[in-house]
Amino acid sequence: MTTLYTSDHEWLRIEGDVATIGITDYAQTQLGDVVFVELPKIGRTLAKAEAAAVVESVKAASDVYAPISGEVIEVNDAVTAEPSLVNSDAAGKAWFFKIKIANKSELGGLMDEAAYAKHTA
Amino acid sequence: MLARETESTLKHTPLHALHLARGAKMVPFAGYDMPVQYAAGVLKEHLHTRSAAGLFDVSHMGQIALRAKSGKVEDAAHALEKLVPQDIVAVAPNRQRYAQFTNNDGGLLDDLMVANFGDHLFLVVNAACKTEDEAHLRAHLSDSCTIDVLAGRALLALQGPKAEAVLAKLGADVSTMKFMDTGPRPVAGFDCFVSRSGYTGEDGFEISVPAANAEALATKLLDDPDVLPIGLGARDSLRLEAGLCLYGHDIDTTTTPAEAALEWSVQKSRRNGGARAGGFPGAAKILTQLDKGATRRRVGLRAEGRAPVREGALLFADATAAEPIGKVTSGGFGPSLNAPVAMGYVPTPLAAVGTIVFAEVRGQRLPLKVAATPFVPNTYKR
Repeated sequence: MTTLYTSDHEWLRIEGDVATIGITDYAQTQLGDVVFVELPKIGRTLAKAEAAAVVESVKAASDVYAPISGEVIEVNDAVTAEPSLVNSDAAGKAWFFKIKIANKSELGGLMDEAAYAKHTA
Repeated sequence: MLARETESTLKHTPLHALHLARGAKMVPFAGYDMPVQYAAGVLKEHLHTRSAAGLFDVSHMGQIALRAKSGKVEDAAHALEKLVPQDIVAVAPNRQRYAQFTNNDGGLLDDLMVANFGDHLFLVVNAACKTEDEAHLRAHLSDSCTIDVLAGRALLALQGPKAEAVLAKLGADVSTMKFMDTGPRPVAGFDCFVSRSGYTGEDGFEISVPAANAEALATKLLDDPDVLPIGLGARDSLRLEAGLCLYGHDIDTTTTPAEAALEWSVQKSRRNGGARAGGFPGAAKILTQLDKGATRRRVGLRAEGRAPVREGALLFADATAAEPIGKVTSGGFGPSLNAPVAMGYVPTPLAAVGTIVFAEVRGQRLPLKVAATPFVPNTYKR
């Protein structure tokens, strides 16, 4: 299992041909108190960089873009029911959705933990 | 094009160092580097203000003394009535009133507070409009009045149910003050002007203090365990829940008092048939609308779901209509309601409470119900 990161502050946990996607702890501290999360529908095919989810704080709405292409196979209903999970456990319980990876070569452009740490330093 | 605001061009309030020391996240606002939130975050800051007390730095706002050259406050009041549709003459000593500067089209140049300080009027205007407001006053009232911008004073707001008790601990006896009472009075030994008013819907106070004493006063207030510093983020969500207009968003030069649902703020004496009817810019249009109604109206909007509807969202009469009927002028999440809240303009036939309209959010039409404001009952001490 590998965890990769995007420059837009999303994380991807890669298990076989499935990627679990969420936003990073750094992102949630920047957003502040999350009050609303909207996730893509299961079965939707996402193109890389397409707006896939929405996360809103009291003040502002932010899009979450698909870091790689693929079909949405599972979404986390717990995070839409309790958006504050994003603030309390961004890297864990507050995962957003899982996609079936369409093209593994797209993973090559993503950062590992050390590179992401440098990106947010 | 607007000039890009950089850190070097942004102005600082007298509390700037205090904001940084308390870990505020700073943003540019009306030309000032201002705290949008502190470590607690917008949600906690909002809820703390409603349950205890919050301290806001509103020193970016303009404070102006308006004095009649005759020395008589009533002459200053008569003069100011040339620029606002409110009855200023009737504002008793140590009382204040909400007012608006109007333009020739009946639109609003700014909204403001006007206080009677016995021998002169004290005005508090919006930060983004204060330069224009000062020029407007000078252009129209200089023959009869002197206009002094009180640049050497900071302005703090202490809001929430514990505000009165917090001030009492600093030796300010404000218990006898009622909502919209105002006047000079010492706080912690400093030469302050205190009004029982605010922008949150809560009981509370606005305190004008010499800039040199502002940090000392703010520190004393923040030393009280009931007081948290509150940023602009929660200031916005608090005033939105209270149904209060934000200038430049809910009201501007294109909105009239009747359209903005501010009829309550125009007293009978200035309306058609009143003792001093008209005589302010845009009076013909404003007074006709007050008699006959306007074609559109600012309303409160509540969503059925959890998705916040933000400023700028277009409003539609139904789920499929092609043409918008209006738009959202303020919108977000109301922490005390734990639900989205918004305000916007709709055609008057659709302005009745309970009417369903639709907002377009990310390509989807979300139903909104026209709702009474304030969304959260206010707790003013009347």
